[in-house]
Amino acid sequence: MTTPILSVRDLVVEIPTRHGVLRPVDHVSYDIAAGEILGVVGESGAGKSMTGNAVIGLLDPPARITSGEVLLSGQPVHSLRGEALRRLRGKRMGMIFQDPLTSLNPLLTVGDQLAETIIEHLDVSQSEARRRAVAALDEVGIPAASQRMGSYPHEFSGGMRQRVVIALALCAEPDLVIADEPTTALDVSVQAQIIVLLKRLCRERGVAVMLVTHDMGVIAEAADRGAVMYAGRLGELGPVREVLGRARHPYTAGLMASTPLASQGRARLRQIPGAMPRLGNLPPGCAFSPRCERAQPRCREEPGPTLERCDGRAACWFPLPRDAKQEAEA
Amino acid sequence: MSPIIKVHNLTRIFDVSKPWLNRVIERVPRALLTAVSEVSFEVAENSVYALVGESGSGKSTIGKIIVGLVPPSEGMVEIEGVDLASETDARKIDAVRADIQMIFQDPYASLNPRWRVRDIIAEPVAARGGKTEGLAERLLEQVGLSAADAGKYPHEFSGGQRQRICIARALSSEPRIIVCDEPTSALDVSVQSQVLNLMSDLREEFGLTYLFISHDLTVVRHMADVIGVLYLGRLVEEAPRDRLFSDPKHPYTRMLFDAAPRMDAYGREVDPPKGEIPDAINPPPGCAFHPRCPLAVGRCRTERPEMRRIGETRVACHLAE
Repeated sequence: MTTPILSVRDLVVEIPTRHGVLRPVDHVSYDIAAGEILGVVGESGAGKSMTGNAVIGLLDPPARITSGEVLLSGQPVHSLRGEALRRLRGKRMGMIFQDPLTSLNPLLTVGDQLAETIIEHLDVSQSEARRRAVAALDEVGIPAASQRMGSYPHEFSGGMRQRVVIALALCAEPDLVIADEPTTALDVSVQAQIIVLLKRLCRERGVAVMLVTHDMGVIAEAADRGAVMYAGRLGELGPVREVLGRARHPYTAGLMASTPLASQGRARLRQIPGAMPRLGNLPPGCAFSPRCERAQPRCREEPGPTLERCDGRAACWFPLPRDAKQEAEA
Repeated sequence: MSPIIKVHNLTRIFDVSKPWLNRVIERVPRALLTAVSEVSFEVAENSVYALVGESGSGKSTIGKIIVGLVPPSEGMVEIEGVDLASETDARKIDAVRADIQMIFQDPYASLNPRWRVRDIIAEPVAARGGKTEGLAERLLEQVGLSAADAGKYPHEFSGGQRQRICIARALSSEPRIIVCDEPTSALDVSVQSQVLNLMSDLREEFGLTYLFISHDLTVVRHMADVIGVLYLGRLVEEAPRDRLFSDPKHPYTRMLFDAAPRMDAYGREVDPPKGEIPDAINPPPGCAFHPRCPLAVGRCRTERPEMRRIGETRVACHLAE
């Protein structure tokens, strides 16, 4: 097997506070191969953005990685600091943020921002950098790219701005791109354009993409594999068709059932009672157990199930059967 | 059944010009943004009417005009047969005003952080000099919180619980109409379903009428009886829910449906819609959708389509049939 581009092993992120140590990311492991999109879903506070930030070294202190490792093409990067980390970011890992307006410098033209990044990371001349910048804008579908080089971010619409951010993330030809809610601030028609663009770039360039979002529909359409996070832990991991279509973790199944679907009509929505616990107030055992209808005494007493300790697919002692239909017939 | 809300030819124009001196020095003309343009629709009592559209389509502005937060530039809004803009009898206006309440999108911004939940919920009644004893406690239980929560402050609640407090506040003056502006778009999926279920229950219990404003087609499809689709301030299509989803007639409606991400469309390869919403200050002539429309013909570029009725649907498109 080839080495995956990104390999996260047993990652733990902790934040020391006055009231004790919080763990927004708790023993999370996953791989992303070249040309693959891993969709990470979860509700707010589930730790999905924090995982992305930990990978690219953007954790805000006092949050820090306390154990586990992040391997980029087999090399550990979680312990890099300062200059070494700075050279890696942008060059080998790109990042796309949710809000395109705040992730661009309003005082520099789009062309200058792109050229700056290219010169910083690739050994090219100024004119070559500008040529590549035009090509990058062109590739993300900005019409009349060479004329738009001199435009400022505020002169672009929301969708075009997000394209610029994507061009910026990709211009130094990284192996890994972390896209944190890249379409959440956009309208549906523009969102569809950005998803198609991300998929095309991922396929053509063989970039590994970690797509963080709360929108299950986006994951279904864009991702190859899906990871569901709950209270800092990985709840379920597998091919997206399996995870969303035949969920085995009760939380994933509950999420899918509580989304209004075309087929359900006006029937009452299934609801998961309660809300996700706060990090400082996690229940013992499985973090989902207080809201879970399948919970048994074991779920409340034993330390939380992990993917490794269960079957590798769902972190649950009593997952839903592989095929719900079979169970119903039995 | 007579409509409880009647909106006729509603237009709202915002002046977004630069200050006078800048206009003179820089020689720029006045800039007028038409947020809502000649929108007409009716909402039947005890039904859910949904307005959908992308950002800048004017859906929130219409909601604000209906509750009276923004005056219309032209046209009229008649609620329970009273036109709020022209009515002179203050008592009548007061009676109608008490019948409309609003739920906002962001439950973090729409509750005063320095007030106790009890005071927040009772305010619509207290402002009219009504009796508020035990009111907040009763309403809190109705929306699925506990009476003991009345003494707490908003920061002690999660997003979903805050939205329940907003709903309790909207219910306190015993309204007949609630305008809901994206009530669940700030909430997580599992919490969204709780709030939507609660809203459906309350509608049945109190015979409420909802004007439901949203950009999320799945939510709208779940909640609405009749759906109006807005594009750049104009109503382009209106139809009962099942009719709209089974037989969308306006090309924009079809584009919206195709572009919305679907949970059962794994790895779907869509041909994404072209272009973006045009500038509302200088909208395209003719049909505002023609630059993005795959069907556009010469007539669409010059002549604005009027609203026509085709079966149960009302649609503003020259080519719809």
